[in-house]
Amino acid sequence: MSAAPDAVPSQGRVFLAVLQRDAYVTWGEFHVFLAQVILQPFFLLFVFGKVLGSLGYTRPGYSALLFPGLLALTAVITSMQTLAFPLVIEFGWTKEIEDRLLAPMSTGLVAAEKVLFAALRSLIATAVMIPIGILVLGSIPWRWSSMPLFLAIVLLGSILGAALGLVLGTLVKPNRINIVFSLVFTPLLFTGCSQYPWPSLARLRWFQVITAANPMTYVSEGMRAALNPAVPHIRPWICLLVLTVSLVILCAIGVRGFYRRAID
Amino acid sequence: MVDLVKRYPKSPVNAVDGVSFEVQPGEVFGLLGPNGAGKTTTVGVLTTRVLPTSGTASVAGVDVVRDAVRARSRLAVIPQRSNLDRAISIRNNLVFHAAYHGVPAKERSRRADELLGQFGLLERANVKPDMFSGGQAQRVMVARALMHAPQVLFLDEPSTGLDPAARLFLWDRLRELRDRGVTLVLTTHDMDEAAELADRVGIMDHGKLLALDTPEALMRSVPGGTTLELTMRVDDPQVAERAVAALGALSQVERVERLGPVEASLGLGPPAPPQPTPQGAGELRVRLYVSGDAPLLVAPAATALTALGLALNDVKLGIPTLEDVFIDLTGRALR
Repeated sequence: MSAAPDAVPSQGRVFLAVLQRDAYVTWGEFHVFLAQVILQPFFLLFVFGKVLGSLGYTRPGYSALLFPGLLALTAVITSMQTLAFPLVIEFGWTKEIEDRLLAPMSTGLVAAEKVLFAALRSLIATAVMIPIGILVLGSIPWRWSSMPLFLAIVLLGSILGAALGLVLGTLVKPNRINIVFSLVFTPLLFTGCSQYPWPSLARLRWFQVITAANPMTYVSEGMRAALNPAVPHIRPWICLLVLTVSLVILCAIGVRGFYRRAID
Repeated sequence: MVDLVKRYPKSPVNAVDGVSFEVQPGEVFGLLGPNGAGKTTTVGVLTTRVLPTSGTASVAGVDVVRDAVRARSRLAVIPQRSNLDRAISIRNNLVFHAAYHGVPAKERSRRADELLGQFGLLERANVKPDMFSGGQAQRVMVARALMHAPQVLFLDEPSTGLDPAARLFLWDRLRELRDRGVTLVLTTHDMDEAAELADRVGIMDHGKLLALDTPEALMRSVPGGTTLELTMRVDDPQVAERAVAALGALSQVERVERLGPVEASLGLGPPAPPQPTPQGAGELRVRLYVSGDAPLLVAPAATALTALGLALNDVKLGIPTLEDVFIDLTGRALR
């Protein structure tokens, strides 16, 4: 039972093994995963898009404005939740992550795997929202011609959420998890322009400034630019630029936080 | 490892303060010390989880700072508390661990079955670790650690919280590993464990390595630590005085202490107040504090007593424990 003494597996191979573990676990409880990620956007869509519209409290066309925003919300929040909650618990309590930290792989790659996997889950959740939207609303705004922009925004949004999750998951102490998440989550959810277009906030200047600071705003706006450009929106290149810059900054903070938690 | 120093940010003192030692391949090395002595930090450095402030450390010939990835492929860690992956079964804990270490798929599965069998876990192989007691979880962790055939195995307080049977089971497995040439490094504050398993023991306190030797040598080093207890029948108190003097005069005897009656010292019943021994009848019990090998002193002691017309009734050897070594080095008890 002895391996060749000098054999160190390639980093890619170890990375894939860890990714495989996550995929295996998610697959084993896929229905739980779906329920977990779909429920919130589904109810938002149902109540704001369908119920309020049917009762005449929202203007016609609101659901077509809301839907891209909810896709953005799903992309960001899913990966953030996927990463942040378990990470806090793994580092602070169960220590389950140790087996992976002690795998022959650089610590940065362990963090990268977390981000990649969270983003993948997010992509699946966002994709699932599309048929749900059709089901709930009857029809959804859709433009095949903007697919490249749509895909770029979904991808950036998913990774953005994962990076946010990495930052939160490594900064928050386990005994603070409840407080911090409610203090961070809810504002993030409602200042990310998923339920309203950003340019229309000109009438509410102070709130417009606040929402501009939430990177999720640029996912929502980019999504509207792709799917429902008739609604006033921030220009796509600005969205892409801001998202890329935020990603770089958040990833840098998150990976640093991860190193701090992984290695004393 | 050479001159290892670790100071945590915001801490005024070094957690590990210039520690150097070397462990031979196939050796069982015990790091002994109270909580906070720096054992865990030392092992943290060796297992690539703690970056040293200064000094160098290598495991199986690999520098743990410069080539942490390679070092990780050669070592395995068994923590005190379960860190098993709760989302997957015991068997998958083993299989995925091997996958992380690049063991080919077929081999993973074969090794997992073999180890699950060896550790008596086959029946529960498909259960998730939540259901496992501390002792069982530890068994799984040992099995998991062996999946990638590490050259060095680190165990943190391996016997803490184990029932006696589980402890013996673990010790047997660890001895088997040593026999196969795996190097074992264990941290412990359990004297018995260190004395039982370790070829050499390093005693740490306040981040410093105070002593490093085989358990036997360490125990021999305690001044006056070895004792010889002699019991004899003495009818005449004056003869008793002379016997004590004669024993004290023997070479290597540092001190002679007269002890009370056997019953009291064994703690049977309430300690009897010192009874005035009836004139001309009594038992003399003395403890000799010896600087060398106590057994070698039995014969000279018997000869000296025979010369006074006395005969030994009972002889008892007192060998110091690692606990005594620790107290001798630090002036306080370990726990």
